[in-house]
Amino acid sequence: MYPEDLHYTKQHEWVRLSGDVGAVGITDHAQKELGDIVYVDLPRVGAKVEQAKVMGSVESVKAVSDIYSPVSGEVIEINSALATAPEKLNESPHGDGWMVKIRLSVPTEIQGLLSAADYAKYVAEEEPGK
Amino acid sequence: MTQPAAPLKTTALHSVHRRMGAKMVDFGGWEMPLQYSGILEEHAAVRSAAGLFDVSHMGEIEIHGPEAGALTDYVTTNSVAKLQTGQAQYSGLLYDHGGFVDDILVHKIANDLYFLCVNASNQEKDYQHIARANGFTASVDLASDRYTQLAVQGPRALATLQKLTATDLAAIRYYHFIDGRAAGLPARIARTGYTGEDGFEIYFAPEYSERLWTDILNAGEEFGIKPCGLGARNTLRLEAGMALYGHEIHSTITPFEAGLDWIVKLDKGEFIGRAALARQKGQGVTRKLIGFEMTGRGIGRDDYEVFLDNVPVGWVSSGCPSPTLKKNIGMCYLPAVQAKTGQRIQVVIRNQAVDAVTISMPFYKRDAIL
Repeated sequence: MYPEDLHYTKQHEWVRLSGDVGAVGITDHAQKELGDIVYVDLPRVGAKVEQAKVMGSVESVKAVSDIYSPVSGEVIEINSALATAPEKLNESPHGDGWMVKIRLSVPTEIQGLLSAADYAKYVAEEEPGK
Repeated sequence: MTQPAAPLKTTALHSVHRRMGAKMVDFGGWEMPLQYSGILEEHAAVRSAAGLFDVSHMGEIEIHGPEAGALTDYVTTNSVAKLQTGQAQYSGLLYDHGGFVDDILVHKIANDLYFLCVNASNQEKDYQHIARANGFTASVDLASDRYTQLAVQGPRALATLQKLTATDLAAIRYYHFIDGRAAGLPARIARTGYTGEDGFEIYFAPEYSERLWTDILNAGEEFGIKPCGLGARNTLRLEAGMALYGHEIHSTITPFEAGLDWIVKLDKGEFIGRAALARQKGQGVTRKLIGFEMTGRGIGRDDYEVFLDNVPVGWVSSGCPSPTLKKNIGMCYLPAVQAKTGQRIQVVIRNQAVDAVTISMPFYKRDAIL
């Protein structure tokens, strides 16, 4: 369900590390909770983002949700396909639906994120009775 | 106000929704399905085929007695005297000052019996309001517990429901109803709806809820019917330019401001709110509801501020992405002088003024079928 090679946050974002660059997206759980995503607002390339601070937002038909950056660093690439195909966030949240790539300024932050198993456990605990 | 600890109210279909995997939300104190398969898919089903909604949270009030018509006329804005037996009418319940208590549907069952469909979270308030105004030979009864309400909406709603009833549904004109049978059960079948499509709203006894729900889904399967939640209900009614209580209308908004002049019959005789409305008609309204579409990038949502030339002038009453039109649309209140189509405005989205332009409503209109 949740790929082992990703690092997760309790705000339902993930990071996939490749050297000192992390691709960032939202989790399958997050896209399910949001429903049909129709609009994605991303930071600009070159923007500095900070861990746990708002870096953008996604909108479903029903509501707006802030996206928190899981790591600190500089945005070096954005997934521009999401501007015209925001549904990729629903269809492939851990793959084609990646949002930005960030060059990490504090690589040790990764150690504070959740493993796939811990995230799955966190999600399960978050929704009692379901 | 709802107390935080109060348990959510549920409809007779609650366990069915849960079992079918609906995502449930708190809607004005009711735990209701927000969506089943997804808002976009459900919305598309209603526009192209059919959708089934559990709207049993809506309230029902019955007014009975020799002067039932006179009382109903006195508490509503539209003309009850002109209503024929078997006809339904959209109307307003107003305060003396002309603001809305609620927007409602009035059904004339007989000369001495009127059936009101009212908003879920307003039903107790509406009942008290009508009962207080009752100086007539009539009784007022809050009858919500005796009814489940289902809405079958979409171009294939008639074909779906026709499989379950001997009544010729095509003979029921828009905003008319019959007391007949559906799936063998006594049911009030009204050709009304809140989606901008053809369709029916069905009122029947709660103990048969699951049976009728299942029978309608089975009957509509060949047409592509989908169970739908309140999410799609909202995007559908918004495209159709229909008001939602608590958004376009509430206690400090009058029908004239909401563009609902057509439900106000000032010449029908005395009714609650009439004096205030007559005064406002003479003076003209200072603010008015109008549709808009975003021209800049972003979705103008409920309660966002509206600016004109960098000055705050109004607010968005409802806004959403339009699944049918593929545009971001909404309704907003503007000063009356600026509430005309083609007016350039800005909607403040997360501290940024984003361009929009006012346009006429409804945003979506089905091909005429009646």
